[in-house]
Amino acid sequence: MNGSAGNKFGFTVNRSRLIDYDASDRLVRDYVTLREPSFRLCFACGGCTATCTAGQHAPFNLRRMNTFIRRGEIEPLREEVTRCMLCGKCLLVCPRGVNTRNVVSLAAEAIKKLDRNEL
Amino acid sequence: MSSDLFVIPFNIGLYFILVYSVVRSTIWFRQLSRSDKLRLQRGFFGMPFMQSLKEIFMESLLHRKIFMRNPVLGYMHMSLAFGWFLLIVFGTIEADFFGEKHLNPPSHAIFFRYFNPDHGAAGLPKVFGFWMDLLLAFILSGLLLAMIKRFIPGLMGMKKTTKHTWTDRIALLSLWMIFPARLLAESLTSGAHGSGSFLTGNLGAQLASFLPVAELAPWFWWLYSLSLGTFFILLPVSRYFHIPVELLLIFMRNSGIRTGDKPSSLTEVQTHACSSCGVCISICQMSYAAGINDIQSAYFVKGLRNGKDIAAITANCLMCGRCEEVCPVGIELGPMRMIERRQGEREFKPMRFIDGYGLNGKKAPVEKDPTQSYGYLVRNEPVKADVIFFAGCMTHLTPSVIIAMKKIMDSAGVRYHFMDENGGVCCGRPLMLAGRDREARELINYNSDIIWRSGAGILVTSCPICYKIFNESYYLDTRVMHHSEFINHLIEEGSLRLGYLHRKVVYHDPCELGRGSGIYDEPREVISYVADLQPATQEGSMSLCCGGSLGNLTLSSGKRALIAADAAKILTSSAPDELITACPLCKKTLGQATETKVADIAELVAAALPGPKGRARVRTKKTLVRVHDNG
Repeated sequence: MNGSAGNKFGFTVNRSRLIDYDASDRLVRDYVTLREPSFRLCFACGGCTATCTAGQHAPFNLRRMNTFIRRGEIEPLREEVTRCMLCGKCLLVCPRGVNTRNVVSLAAEAIKKLDRNEL
Repeated sequence: MSSDLFVIPFNIGLYFILVYSVVRSTIWFRQLSRSDKLRLQRGFFGMPFMQSLKEIFMESLLHRKIFMRNPVLGYMHMSLAFGWFLLIVFGTIEADFFGEKHLNPPSHAIFFRYFNPDHGAAGLPKVFGFWMDLLLAFILSGLLLAMIKRFIPGLMGMKKTTKHTWTDRIALLSLWMIFPARLLAESLTSGAHGSGSFLTGNLGAQLASFLPVAELAPWFWWLYSLSLGTFFILLPVSRYFHIPVELLLIFMRNSGIRTGDKPSSLTEVQTHACSSCGVCISICQMSYAAGINDIQSAYFVKGLRNGKDIAAITANCLMCGRCEEVCPVGIELGPMRMIERRQGEREFKPMRFIDGYGLNGKKAPVEKDPTQSYGYLVRNEPVKADVIFFAGCMTHLTPSVIIAMKKIMDSAGVRYHFMDENGGVCCGRPLMLAGRDREARELINYNSDIIWRSGAGILVTSCPICYKIFNESYYLDTRVMHHSEFINHLIEEGSLRLGYLHRKVVYHDPCELGRGSGIYDEPREVISYVADLQPATQEGSMSLCCGGSLGNLTLSSGKRALIAADAAKILTSSAPDELITACPLCKKTLGQATETKVADIAELVAAALPGPKGRARVRTKKTLVRVHDNG
């Protein structure tokens, strides 16, 4: 699977850029996007991550989280959403006006609902 | 006696509402906590009872607070409440003195003219009849205003009025019917008997000239009785239940019962005490600046009362506290919304007529999550210091404030430890505002540990959001000061030598510092010490929210910008050189919304520090301070 054709020519696929569509679950993404449409505005500049209070103490990365949500990778998301302190710094630095705090809250909510089969 | 069957609807309604009120109050009383029960019992035999009587007269009858805010609206409420009250009192007196016997049933006073059609021809009864007509005219004038307000709110100085449920509508209709029905019934009877005073007598004579008044009169007595009966029976399921409940609320409040942070019977009493007057809608910045007209406190309380799903309404609020400040009933709207946010997700079932109203939708128990969310936080060795400086997350986004604070503290020779210099941990207030107390408590414990072990006597913070939670939810043996308080303390102590800046400045009260924590004077004293402080249009307890509030969880950045632009426009209307605030979040939000320079109070003071060559003239004596507070 790991780039079988590319290997022959000396190329490999970077694991972090690999999207596994079999494991992808778009329900969380749809839940978040429907309730917080500004989520779509994110262009992954990383400003939120640079300023993040929680990110200074733990591997919490809002930009990476957004990617997880978009790709539907629920497992790595599960633990990550609980680390946010909701302090709102990301809200202020976001150049696109994404309501970041609501994105995190909604993602956490969506995962809870997913576990209860309510989504 | 067959002809006075018409009193039956009235009697049914009256006795129903009396019994219902007693039963409901008893249930509420039984649900109170033990200490609140004691408070209420003690209040009943002491000063609170007298205070409550006074407040009931001033607020529930005269509607003083609404009157001060909007005289026309105040007159409308007063004429209906006070006028009706007087009509009942004097009606009872009239029936008692001039009726066949003393101590009549209530229906005899209410339908006095029917039972005594020839009454009031001359002498004292005539004067009394005149007075009763005057009261009726007084009520009818208020009713006219109420109708105008319902259809053209703008004429009453109201931006919006509340939308009604169907029970509200029927109750409103029956309320509107009561007094015109009484007027016509009395006039027709007076017309048939040639009695009545200036209103009923004249109208009756006019009607008698072309109508068979004697035949028509009973129909209108029936209508009068029916509308009264309908109104009384619908009272518990409509917004008009506020009439009896407000009395209970005033008494509970004066006895010292507070909302607290858990649902109790006081929250239910407050839910029913809201009259949906709509003052909170007109005052709400989200309404007039951002055009959001369905989340205001009146709707929040109404949703709560009717057991609706109000999760979206609950989350979409700036928590600025302006509505609580103006609420004529004095409902603690902020704490009530916080309780609702803490409840977590609710489980909704369709409302049933009997047990649905009043008793809020059944709530799913808040899940107790045993895992720690912030277990990753490492406990560092604490630094011993006298003064701890906690900048706060937001202040780290306005480094100029931190630089200014460092300058000020160095200049005053304060030995301090900068607690979150290399990135601290959030104070927990944003989580608390989101209703996530358990997580907030983890952060509180982490920060408390550092503060306790440092042994500091004073904790200075630059952020009002942190200030509020440090004061309210931390258990500290440390004096918590906002930096405006601390600077004021340094000036008063004489350790800070400052020059005077010839600048016209306007001060903006941050919500969490002003209304939230009651700090209005200290920042003003500091500012007027170093610059020329001008009064703002809306300040003190009625100051505006900058729009950046962390209390709102869902508001979009576009709407936030609208609120900020509106607030900045009002604040800079007197064209000051600088707009001063005491909150990094306000500075950030307002700074983007106006051309005027927005600075923190610490920056202003730092600018007034004498230069290295000591050229700035240093003042040694504190001058008279002007404090503007129109709240």
